[in-house]
Amino acid sequence: MAADTGETPADGFGRVSRTKDVAFRLLALAATLVGIVSLAALLLNVAVDAVGWLDWQFLTNPPHPNPYEAGFLPALVGSIAIMLMIALVTFPLGVGAAVYLEEYANDGYLTRFIQLNIANLAGVPSVVYGLLGLGLFVGLFNIGYGSVLAAAFTIALLILPIVIISAQEAIRAVPDSQRQASYGMGATKWQTIRNVVLPRAMPGIMTGTILALGRAIGETAPLIMIAAPTTVFGLPNSFFSKVSAMPLQIYNWASYPQTEFQYGVVAAGVVTLLVVLLTINSIAIVIRNRYQQRT
Amino acid sequence: MSQPDFSHDGIRTARGIAFRYLFMLCALLSILTTVAIILTLLIDAVDFFAQVSLVDFLTGTRWSPTNEPIAFGVLPLISGTLVITIGSALVALPIGLLTAIYLSEYASDRRRAYLKPALEVLAGVPTVVYGYFALVYVTPAIDAILPVDLSTFNALSASIMVGIMIIPMVSSISEDAMSAVPDSLRQASYGLGATKFTVSTSVVVPAALSGIFSSFILALSRAIGETMIVAIAAGQTPRMIDLTDPAGMFLDSIQPMTSAMVQIGTGDIVGQGPAYKSLFAVGLTLFVITFVMNLISELVASRYREVYR
Repeated sequence: MAADTGETPADGFGRVSRTKDVAFRLLALAATLVGIVSLAALLLNVAVDAVGWLDWQFLTNPPHPNPYEAGFLPALVGSIAIMLMIALVTFPLGVGAAVYLEEYANDGYLTRFIQLNIANLAGVPSVVYGLLGLGLFVGLFNIGYGSVLAAAFTIALLILPIVIISAQEAIRAVPDSQRQASYGMGATKWQTIRNVVLPRAMPGIMTGTILALGRAIGETAPLIMIAAPTTVFGLPNSFFSKVSAMPLQIYNWASYPQTEFQYGVVAAGVVTLLVVLLTINSIAIVIRNRYQQRT
Repeated sequence: MSQPDFSHDGIRTARGIAFRYLFMLCALLSILTTVAIILTLLIDAVDFFAQVSLVDFLTGTRWSPTNEPIAFGVLPLISGTLVITIGSALVALPIGLLTAIYLSEYASDRRRAYLKPALEVLAGVPTVVYGYFALVYVTPAIDAILPVDLSTFNALSASIMVGIMIIPMVSSISEDAMSAVPDSLRQASYGLGATKFTVSTSVVVPAALSGIFSSFILALSRAIGETMIVAIAAGQTPRMIDLTDPAGMFLDSIQPMTSAMVQIGTGDIVGQGPAYKSLFAVGLTLFVITFVMNLISELVASRYREVYR
């Protein structure tokens, strides 16, 4: 370009601006990378610290005050049990709400209110959901301090707005022509939803739900509020048994002063939690990619 | 079937209506959740305020729910929250804004395609993990590098971690707002001989200001509600802060509202005492603050949507 050949005006306007331009570009790039690089460095640290601690014995033992015998099994099983319950609760409720908002509701006052309300619920701090669980499920319904059910219901309410919003996006992405074709064949609204809209939107709904479950598995504060025990030695054997979870166990161990815990056992716990989280998110991404290839 | 079968039409309609109401119930559950949150908080908070006066709660400068002399002044907790919010804002707002400018104005499509998911990972890491990082890696690192006297539990590393966590919130919403700025504005500026720097800072950012503002409020509301990072790394010392003494603010242990709630929640005070009830009073305060901020953010955001669509 002619402007770049160095024919700067006498007042040096062009040169100054270009230096500033390059400097700003580099500054912006550095800002973009600083968070990512910091997180990568921290992850590398914790991975190195976990070496030697994250072994079969750690994954199959119950917690123990001696760091060399401490294990993660009850927390691991507890987390997975809670997560499965959450999936069972949020999936039908989230899809139902999304179907209503996208397929049935007219653009009236009530719909806009529900929509605004869902957006607001997604911004309520997780510790407040913990108080809801404490007052409602533990207090009013009396399903037990820190039980599997109380934990699952509380976190289910927490991730429900995320599930609804992503399911709505998936349903909105189904082309209207397909609905019209279905109506043209004489199908009712419900038949159209069941045979056309939901099958078409399902991969997107699944992806959103699984990603929300990833968020659920890392939640700690709500579990503390419903008084889930930070350390549990046995596996949960009923919906009402007291349950611990991976992040809760990590929180508990992080307060132990011994170096073997701080830079060993907890690191192994953190890596386990992150590996489970990564697995969940990978499943979501695989589903999304397979779907994208098909269409 | 040669003849269309109309006999199931009634059943079909009935089923259709049944499903319609079933789905509607699911959607109404979200309103029920909000009502339940407000009622749960209010009922126990009202109980609490029957024992502790509202004025003492809102103006008291000492928080000591379990140790004599008992005091339930929420101001030390609010100042703890304020420290974390200021600290994380100093980290996340400039970095997030620059990131948004880079992604929207400078990055190629290919580079954006891997930078954006990488940034989203920052928001996806469980907060308990960030708290652990702040305690065992960030605090010792800062202590080793800077010539300051840093406590084991301090507001500085907790704020940095909260800041890093909310970067993607600022950057993704701001970037959406910047991408919504019509290209004609950029072209007009280029036509006048402006560089990309001038276009970004003098045209795109002002045009996207309401979206950027909305992302700031949302991110700060997130920082205020953040619990595990501060519970693990910021300590449990409820104290009033002195805004003129930044070192004292950040280098020592503090206690934000969320951390105080965790402390009461992990304690053994189950039952009906004022310490247990104070959990709901603090929770209500937290809920009201974040709720108002989210609403403002929503209103500001809907304004910019109207302008450019």
